[in-house]
Amino acid sequence: MGGTPAGPVCQDDHDFALWEKRVDALMVLCGNTGLFTVDGLRRALEDMGEEAFETMSYYERWIAAINQNLLESGTYSLEELGARMEEVARRGPTYGEAQDG
Amino acid sequence: MADRVRVKTMMPPGHVRTPTYLRGKEGVIERTLGRFKNPEQLAYGLPADEKPLYRVRFTMGEVWGDQAECPTDTLDAEIYAHWLERL
Repeated sequence: MGGTPAGPVCQDDHDFALWEKRVDALMVLCGNTGLFTVDGLRRALEDMGEEAFETMSYYERWIAAINQNLLESGTYSLEELGARMEEVARRGPTYGEAQDG
Repeated sequence: MADRVRVKTMMPPGHVRTPTYLRGKEGVIERTLGRFKNPEQLAYGLPADEKPLYRVRFTMGEVWGDQAECPTDTLDAEIYAHWLERL
């Protein structure tokens, strides 16, 4: 309803990357285990503002919104998140290298 | 006689499910949809009471005023009871 011109809609199908499928699965897991609901996802997405919708992809916005909710629910702390991100990054850039264990 | 309602005009910041363009507009209750947990609470991870949800029908003339291309066409929106005032 309303808004500014957005250009033509791309109708092409596209494959999702593995990480995108994992983000989708993570949201299902968060809902099923009661950590937070899709309402929380939607709230965080809408709070990101217009710039996020122009600069981030769909699942980049999702993982940012999931992270926001998991921080708020106390599932993990920023300190734990930062340490784990460094640990995973040290394993290497490929899926195979980053795989835990 | 259908129940006429007006959508509240309040504009609290935060997560709400009532479209801005319908605030202050008058419509009729098309049907009752049942009671659902309040998404405005769920969105913040808080305990949520169940609130009655209604499907409310508005005319395009009411929503868009003189800008409406087909003023008698209608638009339905699902709105929680706490956003509606009975007329």
